[in-house]
Amino acid sequence: MASPSYKDSFVNGIWKENPVFVQVLGMCPALAITNSVENAIAMSCAVMFVLVTSNALVSILRKWVPKEVRIAVFILIIATFVTVTDYAVKAISVPIYKAMGPFIALIVVNCIILSRAEAFSSKNNVLKSILDGLGMGIGFSIALLCMGGVREILGSGSFLGHPLFGANYEPWVIFVLPSGGFFTLGAWLFIFAWWRERGARNKKPEGHQA
Amino acid sequence: MSATAAHTVPHAHKPTSSLYMIVLLGAVSTVCGLIIVVADMVTAETIRNNLAQITREAVGEVLPGSTELVKYVADLEAGTITPLAEVTGGATNLFACFGTDESGQRRFLGCVSKAAGKGYAGTIEALYAYSPDAQTITGFKVLESKETPGLGDKIILDNDFNANFTNLDVALNGDMTALANPIVTVKHGKKTDPWQIDAISGATVSSKAVGALLDASAERMIPLIHQHLEELRKGGA
Repeated sequence: MASPSYKDSFVNGIWKENPVFVQVLGMCPALAITNSVENAIAMSCAVMFVLVTSNALVSILRKWVPKEVRIAVFILIIATFVTVTDYAVKAISVPIYKAMGPFIALIVVNCIILSRAEAFSSKNNVLKSILDGLGMGIGFSIALLCMGGVREILGSGSFLGHPLFGANYEPWVIFVLPSGGFFTLGAWLFIFAWWRERGARNKKPEGHQA
Repeated sequence: MSATAAHTVPHAHKPTSSLYMIVLLGAVSTVCGLIIVVADMVTAETIRNNLAQITREAVGEVLPGSTELVKYVADLEAGTITPLAEVTGGATNLFACFGTDESGQRRFLGCVSKAAGKGYAGTIEALYAYSPDAQTITGFKVLESKETPGLGDKIILDNDFNANFTNLDVALNGDMTALANPIVTVKHGKKTDPWQIDAISGATVSSKAVGALLDASAERMIPLIHQHLEELRKGGA
């Protein structure tokens, strides 16, 4: 596999290989922590930090880590930065920490991060790995904001805690509940799939590679 | 896993020596450990302050005007109240709250106690303020709950529901060992006595849970507070 250019390293994760809407990875936080925009932003920042730092360290160590123990090393590195994030979120805001519940610790098992370590940063240089982490992190943030935005606007009638519709709006509570998360995710996946398919059809009608 | 895999791996690349792998894992672990220790050292102080700040604010909300908190660990089983400083590994569940009066004198305002009980979804943790002079609960605040958004979580913000706790009668019986009347939650609009909690319509289960957790705590905590009232009034001063 040829190494991607610096630009591709960064851009791929944002749109073409969006971790949530295209690769359908990291569903757990995407469903659980998107009942408000604030939580979505906090979760995105946490994941982006872990992605960038673990990508960087995995890339630095890639020449010395033999194949046999690579997963153990990746998990060790990821768990370290998740612990750091855990402390940092608690120091920044306890209410946000409580809202995120166990999902900060669960970043350890977030497939996005381990998959980037395995598929990208163990094969590419540090700068590209950092760019890849940033791109994937931004892609993840966009997805979480899409989810959180819809769910907070419909489910609580507000955006970032500011009421939007006045007192007469009866919030669509189901969107804040877990089932609303599934509905919203399904709708966004549908929109993305349709959009990508349409783009692919328009570009090269003969290509059947999907 | 299979026999073929075991045969093909040595041909695919030279196996790494075990010693190298052990040393490498040890080195990576040491670096990771160092990073975590540094992060802990940098944030520990702030986290402690944040948590203390949150407790102070919550207690100030249920008992307005309290500027100084003296922390106690009340053991409801053994019937003892011990200052937090004298207990190892205890968690504060009782605060003696002090404010200042017009002349700037330190004044005992009442006690704030922690209570917990099972709600509709998960545990509800709450604080309530008790005034020993009036023998009433004067404030209540949910600290943590997983009640259903839009229904059960009204126990946190609903003004009519919170009005139950501005003057909830928890007078003790003659020999000061239990409440004269247990705290009960009644259906919305059916409240007749000052020891009853008027439920939120549509959130009956959560309202009842609040009544039950308050009753369970108050039945033991309030007699205990009266037994140690002189000590609490002094507040360790």
